[in-house]
Amino acid sequence: MEKKKTNPNRSISYAKWGYIFITPFFIIYAIFTFYPQLLTIYNSFFENYRDGLTVIGPNWVGLDNYKALFTLNNSGYIPIFKFLGNTIWLWVIGAVPQFVIAMMLALFFTSTRLNIRGQQFFKTVIYMPNIIMASAFSMLFFTLFSMVGPVNQLLVASGVAAEPINFLGLQVSVQSLIALMNFLMWFGNTTILLMAGIQGIDESLFESARLDGSTSTQVFFNITMPLLMPIFIYVFITSMIGGVQMFDVPQILTNRSGTPNNTSTTLVMYLNTFLGISKNYGMAGAVSVLLFIITAILSTFVFKTINTNSK
Amino acid sequence: MQRDKNKSAEIKLLISRIVVYLILGFLTFLCLFFFYLMFINSTRSNGQLQSGFTLIPSNHFFDNFYNAWHDGDINIPVGMRNSFIVAIASALLTTYFSALTAYGTYVYDFKFKRIVHLFILAIMMIPSQVSAVGFIQLAFKYNLTNKLWLLIVPSIAAPSVYFYMRQYLEATLPLDMVEAARIDGSNEFRIFNEIVLPIMKPAIAVQMIFSFVGSWNNYFMPSLLLNKPNVKTVPVMIATLRSADYTKFDMGKVYMLMLMAILPVMVIYIILSKSIIKGVTSGSVKG
Repeated sequence: MEKKKTNPNRSISYAKWGYIFITPFFIIYAIFTFYPQLLTIYNSFFENYRDGLTVIGPNWVGLDNYKALFTLNNSGYIPIFKFLGNTIWLWVIGAVPQFVIAMMLALFFTSTRLNIRGQQFFKTVIYMPNIIMASAFSMLFFTLFSMVGPVNQLLVASGVAAEPINFLGLQVSVQSLIALMNFLMWFGNTTILLMAGIQGIDESLFESARLDGSTSTQVFFNITMPLLMPIFIYVFITSMIGGVQMFDVPQILTNRSGTPNNTSTTLVMYLNTFLGISKNYGMAGAVSVLLFIITAILSTFVFKTINTNSK
Repeated sequence: MQRDKNKSAEIKLLISRIVVYLILGFLTFLCLFFFYLMFINSTRSNGQLQSGFTLIPSNHFFDNFYNAWHDGDINIPVGMRNSFIVAIASALLTTYFSALTAYGTYVYDFKFKRIVHLFILAIMMIPSQVSAVGFIQLAFKYNLTNKLWLLIVPSIAAPSVYFYMRQYLEATLPLDMVEAARIDGSNEFRIFNEIVLPIMKPAIAVQMIFSFVGSWNNYFMPSLLLNKPNVKTVPVMIATLRSADYTKFDMGKVYMLMLMAILPVMVIYIILSKSIIKGVTSGSVKG
């Protein structure tokens, strides 16, 4: 500010550089993200798809695409409830163990009493599944759990099962495999984030609690958890945002079919079907807009926690 | 009495330590077991794989490697080349331009500075699938499918990388330094390229790794845009492997292809795991 007074001309010429430096970002964002987003929203109000070689539309249909999402279809379900329901359920069954285990590990690693050795090694191992290509990971699970895969070979050879189990044909096993993969891919990440949160808590608070003779359970519920809450909520909601976008794992594992009977078809897998041969931009647009609304609501919570956190 | 009390506390601690290490051991096993199986199976011939389960490696690793590398349907060398092109180019562009944008909103005073910063933060959470519909429509309309650059160029505008770079600048860049360089007569671009970028090296390195891993593993957009064999990236090829009739496949080759798909990222991770794990926390909760 002082410089402005002493040399107003130079300050003005610098502002120009600010605009120059941010220009590439905004040009690329406008062309490759913002304009497509507007098009997505625009599309959601039109009938626009391919039927064989004929292109139908675009015809203005108002909210019909949205209505279709909320209407009972020929297969006997309401698409949005079915696929959003699947997505939430698949996220929940992976996220519950993910957060319980991650919370436990974060407490173990930060406990001075336990003084766990080899933390770097454990952190390296548990974070590893996160950087593995999700599609290769799912393909691996498919081959391992297929009818002729090693898991079935082991089960039959050891006499646990009389004949191979069709893991990929049963709702309970498909959903469990998806949950297991999501758990493996994300619990390490969550552990590291929660650990950083616990390490950010003032050490003297733990110290004085110990001198007061508090038990570790009391310390956890009265000090650790309340002070960790903002970070916990942040990690939890970003996990939810990721969960709503779940795609690679169920898509590859079930070969895009969400077997059995669409019980593992997620919202983004459903969106993906409209972008295939049918190029149903209208319906795809409507699904995307709903996806956007859901994440926008969740993101507001994230921003709220970040704000209260920095105060 | 006191000694007994101490002793029982010690035993309690010992037991809880054992339990904790058992849990950690089990989770380590869970994280490594499936990849270990993949590796073992990539060393076994199709016949061996059909005949049963084992945890001991066999000696067909190089046969499988040769077969996978020369497969007629899945051209993995080309896939890896394409993935490398996209991942490296995206990593370079996203880090350079995010650093540039962050520098622009941090160092310079201009009218919309705060609005620009808040805008980028606000768009950070919008899922990429929301723009996908319009993006795909435009790509088909202008005949831009099967063009790798279409996967690369959008990485110039990466809000989360911007956010990270901006935080790094706030923490490390002394504004006096920029002033001093100006007095020396350097122009603004040179100051950024020759003085600021070297300071940002650690941040750029971390974001380059995450960006590389992200695009190497990216499946959603490439699967919708790439259908010609010579432009497919590795994840798209892995997906075609899944939709093929796998029972007729040489399974040794299939395991080898999966190993090849994850190997580059694995190697990077083994070398740089320390800084990667540090990078996980540094970009998140600091608002």
